[in-house]
Amino acid sequence: MLNLIHVGLELDTEEGKIRILEDINLELGKGKMYAVTGPNGSGKSSVARVIMGIALPTSGNILFNDKDITDLGITERAKLGIGYAFQHPPRFKGMRVVDMLEIAMRTGEMADCQCLRNIGLCPDDYLERALDASLSGGEIKRIEIATLLAQNPKVRIFDEPEAGIDLWSFEQLIDVVGSTHREDNVTVVISHQEKILNMVDEIILVENGMISMKGDQETIWPQIKESAECECRNSCTREGEIYADCPR
Amino acid sequence: MLTALDKKLLQETAGLEEDPPGAYNIRKDGEGIQRHSLPGIEIVPKKDKPGIDIIVEKDRTGTVHIPVILTQSDLSDLVYNTIEIGPGADIELVAGCGIHNPGHGEARHDGVHEIFVREGARLRYTEKHYGEGEGKGKRILNPKTVLVVEPGGYAEMELVQIRGVDDTVRETEARIEAGGHLVIYERMLTHGEQTARSDVVVNLLGEGSAARIVSRSVGQGNSRQVFQPRLVAYGPGRGHVECDSIIMDKAVIRSIPEIWAESAEAELVHEAAIGKIAGEQMMKLMALGLTEGEAEEAIIKGFLK
Ligand SMILES: Nc1ncnc2c1ncn2[C@@H]1O[C@H](COP(=O)(O)OP(=O)(O)OP(=O)(O)O)[C@@H](O)[C@H]1O
Ligand SMILES: [Mg+2]
Repeated sequence: MLNLIHVGLELDTEEGKIRILEDINLELGKGKMYAVTGPNGSGKSSVARVIMGIALPTSGNILFNDKDITDLGITERAKLGIGYAFQHPPRFKGMRVVDMLEIAMRTGEMADCQCLRNIGLCPDDYLERALDASLSGGEIKRIEIATLLAQNPKVRIFDEPEAGIDLWSFEQLIDVVGSTHREDNVTVVISHQEKILNMVDEIILVENGMISMKGDQETIWPQIKESAECECRNSCTREGEIYADCPR
Repeated sequence: MLTALDKKLLQETAGLEEDPPGAYNIRKDGEGIQRHSLPGIEIVPKKDKPGIDIIVEKDRTGTVHIPVILTQSDLSDLVYNTIEIGPGADIELVAGCGIHNPGHGEARHDGVHEIFVREGARLRYTEKHYGEGEGKGKRILNPKTVLVVEPGGYAEMELVQIRGVDDTVRETEARIEAGGHLVIYERMLTHGEQTARSDVVVNLLGEGSAARIVSRSVGQGNSRQVFQPRLVAYGPGRGHVECDSIIMDKAVIRSIPEIWAESAEAELVHEAAIGKIAGEQMMKLMALGLTEGEAEEAIIKGFLK
C-alpha cells in the first residue's frame, strides 16, 4: 500500500547540509499495524513527515498504491488518504475543537462523532473549547488523536500518541487505535511503549536516520531491549576519553 | 421604504432581517428614515445638530439598533449621538455603518458617540463596519466614541471591521469610575491599499476600576494598520491590553500599546505580537485535506472570531 524506496532527507542549515534520513526502505502493507521506535532524534518523526509530504525527500521515491507520490504536496496526499497525528500539535488562537473536527470530517455530522469520547474526552466539555494555550499538554494531544480518528484516512500515522497521556487513558488509547484499525488501513504508531510495540504486526527500529532492524516483536523486542540497556548511548565522549565498552 | 440594497447593508452591519426588535433608528444618506422608541427607551433627534439622543431609563432592559447606511457617492455624513444608559439598566446596543459607494467620489461617515453608562448599568455595544460598491470611490469611516462608565457599571464594546473600508481612523476614549468595568474587543482585517488606525485611551479612575482591551487584526496586501491603545490608571485600577496581529503579503502593522500608572496600587499589563501564520498550523490543516488557501482562511477566520 505504501512504499518508501531509498528515501533520503537532507536539510540545509547554516552549518551546511545535514543528513536526517538515509536510504529508508519500507513496505507497509494493507491491513497491517506497525510500530516505529528508536532513540530521540533518530529520525522517526522525519519518516512520518516525509510520508505526509511535510518534508520532501531529497532522494528516493514514495509510492502509494503503486502511484508515485514523491512530488505531491501535503493536501494532495491527504486527499489520497494519508493522515498524520503530530507529535507536537500546533495551537490555534480562536479556532475551537469543533472547528478542527469539522475540518477533519469534511462531511458527516458532528453529532455522530464518537472520536472525542473514544479517547476519553466528553464532547460537552471540549467541543467549544479553544484550541489554544488554555488546553493542557495531554488534552491537546488527545484532541490531535481524535482529529485523526475523525478524519479516518487509509494510512494513519500516530506520532507518540501516548506522550503526556495519563495512565487511565493509556489503555483506552491502545484499545481505540486497535479497534478502529480496519482491513484497508495501514496504521503506524511511533512509540517508545512496550505495550504498543506488543500490539503491532511489525516493529521498525530507526537509529541514526536509518532503519537498523525490522521484524515481529518476538524477534525485535529482545534486541531493542538489549540495545536500550547498553550504557554507551548515555555516556558522552569527552576529550581523549572514549567510553567504548558497548557489546554491539 | 427600504430598498434591497438598504436591506443588505443593514443585514451586514446590524444583522437585521426585518424590522429590528426593540427600539431603533435607521439613518440613511445623512437623514434619519425610521425611528421607533419604546417606553423607557426614548430616541429623539437632536435639535442643534445632526444625530440623536437615546435615553434609557433606570433598570430598563432591552435592545437598541442604530445602524447607519450610505448608498451614494460624494457624500459626507457627520452625526452626533448621545446615549444615556440609566442606573441599573441592561442594554444591548447595535451600532454600525454600511457603505455602498456606487461612484468614484468619496462616501464618508464620521460618527461621534457619547455614551454614559450610569451606576450599576450594563451595556453591550457592537459596532460593525462594512463597505462595498463597484465604483473607485473611497469608503471612509471615522468613528469617535467617548464613554463614561460610572461606579459599578459595565460596558463591553465589540468593534469589527472586516474588509471593505478603505480608510478608517477610530478614536475611543473612556473614563472608568470606581468599580466600573470596560472590555473592548477589536477585530480588523485590511487588504489592498486600505489604511486603518485605532487610538484607544482608557482612564481608570476609581478603586476597583478595570479594563481589558483585546485587539486582533490581520493585514493583507499593501494595507497599513496602526494600533495605539493606552491604559492610564490614576488609582488602584487593573488593566490588560493585548494586541495580536497576523501579517501577510506586503502589509505594514504597527502596534503600540501603552500602560501608564499614576499610582503604586495600579496593576497594568500589556502584550503585543505581530507574526505571520505559523507553518505548523498550515501543515496541520493541509494534512487534513485543506488547500493552502483554505487553510489560511480557516486560520484567519478563527483568529478574528
Ligand atoms: N530544522 C532542523 N535543523 C536541524 N536539525 C534538524 C531539523 N529538523 C530535524 N532535525 C534533526 O533531525 C533529527 C531527526 O529528528 P526527528 O524529529 O525525526 O527525531 P525523532 O526520532 O522523531 O525524535 P524524538 O523521539 O525525540 O521525537 C534530529 O537529530 C533533529 O535534531
Ligand atoms: Mg519525533
